Amino acid sequence: MNQAKILEAININKNFGGVQAVKNISFEVNKGELLGVIGPNGSGKTTLVNLITQFVRLSSGSIKFKGKKIDHLPPHKIIGLGISRTFQMVRPFYKLPAYKNMIIPLYSPRAKSLLGGKYGDRDAMALDLLEEVGFERDSFVAYKPAGVLPQGYLKRLELAKAMSLQPDLMILDELFSGLSLAEVASILPIVEKLLQKGISIIMIEHRLKELFKIADRVIVLNYGEKIADGYAQEVMESEAVKNAYLGTEA
Amino acid sequence: MLIGTIIYALINSVILCLIAMGFNLTFGISGVANFAYGAFYILSAYTTWIMINSFHLPYFLSVIFSIIFTMALGALMYQVVLKRVRGQAISEVIATFAIGLSILELFRYFGFVGFEYNLPPFIDASVVIMGTYVDVQRIIIVIAGIILVLALWFFTHNTSLGLAFRGIAQDERTALTFGIDSDKIATLAVSIGAGFAAIAASVIIPLGTISPSDGYDILIKALAVCIIGGLGSTGGVIFASFLIGFAERFTDTFIGSHWTMIVSLAAILIVLIVKPSGLFGKQKELEERI
Amino acid sequence: MKKRKERIDRGIKARSGDIFALSSYREMMYLSAPRFVPIIGFLILPLLLGVYWQKVLLSVAVFALLAISWDILAQTGMVSLGQALFFGVGAYITGALNHYWGVPPFISIPLATIFGGIICTLMLLPVLRLRGIYFSMVTLIIPLMLVRVIEATKIFGGTEGLTGMTPLPSRWVEVYLVIGIMLVCLFGFRRMMDSDYGLVLRGICDNDRSVINAGINIYWYKTQALFIASSIGAFAGALMTHVYMFVGMPVFALDYSIFPIAAVVVGGPGTLAGATLGACLLVPLSEALRGFGGLRIVFYGIFLVVFTVAIPEGIFPYVQRKYNEFERWVEVDK
Repeated sequence: MNQAKILEAININKNFGGVQAVKNISFEVNKGELLGVIGPNGSGKTTLVNLITQFVRLSSGSIKFKGKKIDHLPPHKIIGLGISRTFQMVRPFYKLPAYKNMIIPLYSPRAKSLLGGKYGDRDAMALDLLEEVGFERDSFVAYKPAGVLPQGYLKRLELAKAMSLQPDLMILDELFSGLSLAEVASILPIVEKLLQKGISIIMIEHRLKELFKIADRVIVLNYGEKIADGYAQEVMESEAVKNAYLGTEA
Repeated sequence: MLIGTIIYALINSVILCLIAMGFNLTFGISGVANFAYGAFYILSAYTTWIMINSFHLPYFLSVIFSIIFTMALGALMYQVVLKRVRGQAISEVIATFAIGLSILELFRYFGFVGFEYNLPPFIDASVVIMGTYVDVQRIIIVIAGIILVLALWFFTHNTSLGLAFRGIAQDERTALTFGIDSDKIATLAVSIGAGFAAIAASVIIPLGTISPSDGYDILIKALAVCIIGGLGSTGGVIFASFLIGFAERFTDTFIGSHWTMIVSLAAILIVLIVKPSGLFGKQKELEERI
Repeated sequence: MKKRKERIDRGIKARSGDIFALSSYREMMYLSAPRFVPIIGFLILPLLLGVYWQKVLLSVAVFALLAISWDILAQTGMVSLGQALFFGVGAYITGALNHYWGVPPFISIPLATIFGGIICTLMLLPVLRLRGIYFSMVTLIIPLMLVRVIEATKIFGGTEGLTGMTPLPSRWVEVYLVIGIMLVCLFGFRRMMDSDYGLVLRGICDNDRSVINAGINIYWYKTQALFIASSIGAFAGALMTHVYMFVGMPVFALDYSIFPIAAVVVGGPGTLAGATLGACLLVPLSEALRGFGGLRIVFYGIFLVVFTVAIPEGIFPYVQRKYNEFERWVEVDK
């Protein structure tokens, strides 16, 4: 595996009016690997994602993407550089058909320059991408308004939207939450396929079993601090993690 | 000259603060921007006037009645109209603005315009403060302003209803899970905001006459103060009132009364460019700012 | 026996909605009538009407333009309470150009359209960073304050205003110019809002974070929408200046802010066609109610409240549904 770092966070901090949501965390993501991020609720996982994409400004520290500092850029520029994310709470445009939901990311400068496409072509691209994430062509489910789709399809739609930006790094924020085992099992291969394409992934997850199947490395957060970092097996056995997280659950 | 200007600037600031406080309070708690605010202000003044001149009630009782009446009307507006469009910013703005417009234009249509439409000062006298004549009504305004701010602070920090208010203001959903009825609180918020408008009108109107077009002025002033201070922040409103109050008075004295409006407009534009969410705007990173 | 209403797309709609496989004149008529009837109507009406009603038609078109401009902003998530700002800035630019430098109308109107758009956009640019009601607040107070500024500093003729603008060559030019521009705006911007570009604009209104997350600079898109909308408003103002041969403080009057909103709310927001329909209904109504004077504004206020609360979708979607679907009562099984 190529060990070049695609993302590097150095001593990042975030205060929310006195509450320190993220404390001095440093980590890196290597090119082509899947980094799992786990931790109890409220341990700062989603804040971490927001900090990387600058939806929330850093209090201190710095973040480098492909060796370049990105923490001064606005979110849309960062996403334009090739980081894309999914939201934990999916909020599609409910009135629009699913494939029309894909038009907005396909219209972004990054997707336009990488994929091209004129008015009308984007509909076809949207349908292709949706098929990749499991919207069956024959069932016309892609033509249905997003408002009537079940959670599983909405999560797939969210994934397809992130994929349509042709990212080098994808951040999946609790992609599997609220899904049944069968649905998770059908989405896992899509994520694996992304990895095979060489896309690096940060995956925030509560479903440890599924995560450990595909994660190369895992970091564990607790109360905004990083308490473990390493290969899945090592992390599982570390005392700190057992106490903070798994211990309470078992 | 300078001391006189400062004294009048202080009074002007308190007037602005009184005007803006109610609008800001309603927004801060319920997120409803009450664009009918100026109309409530004028409405309460006319109510007092009608009570005095048509029903011959004593002045003091008329004021109390008009405050209660305006508060009831605010609550009614929330229950009948705003409740149905809650959370849809476009509809809330249009509905409240349209209600305000209707009230003001109705008064204009029925001919409530002229010098006879005024309220007498509470105490018709004046005192000399450091060589400047100040009428007692203006001193009453300052006292009323201070009392209201203190009362508001005490209310929100020391009573359970006030704490519920602050809870809703900070996070409506969480407050809901604690069994706080957000509709009830919002009704109260709109109603109390209207009450503030009525109190402000009762103490300020005796300085001049009542006229429907002042309703728009009051709304503009309230909005200007809130934009500069930062919506929903009481400290911001107080600070911004003093900023505009002093700026207006000083330009009036030293440059010319033409320029007061230009100074306010410039202040708004500068604040919007430098710090769009207002000087004391809450840093809701994902809410107000995108 | 319980019954429920069933609504079914007309077969003709189902066949012709997306795919243009037209097989008969009837289907062609069905598709083209909603476009051609208003176009032909607007083009023929001035010929049939007298001078007075021609003026009414002129103000229908002007208010339709302001309403379209409002609707474009609203669809992008910006609720303007100050269409008068756009109108007034356009009016004063063309007025000043014509009054001081004698620029002929056919140059001053386009200049006022473009520079009016630029000036309004620059003035409101800082507000675009904020969500929610800030935009409404600022657009409400700026025109009202500008009036005071003009009054106080006596620029552009102060309270008197500027008079003696060059009129347009004839009333036919006035009417057909504004109707032509209105129709172009209506159909052009309707098409724009349906395109991918329009989808991005509507996305900003619906869920701005998701649009940012698509790597799109929403401020830039909001700026564009603001420029489009303010240019339309500025054009309307510039044109009316040359019609009245006068520009003064009334151009910032509240009427120009509240009328377009009423038109959109009554006609149906989010379609632009609704905005035009609303203007067609409200402006003649307002003429009919002229006798009531100031009470008209009260009526508009009440209209606005009733429509926003009770019929938020407006009239146009209702008409559209009647055209595209038929209804029947069917029995409900137990």
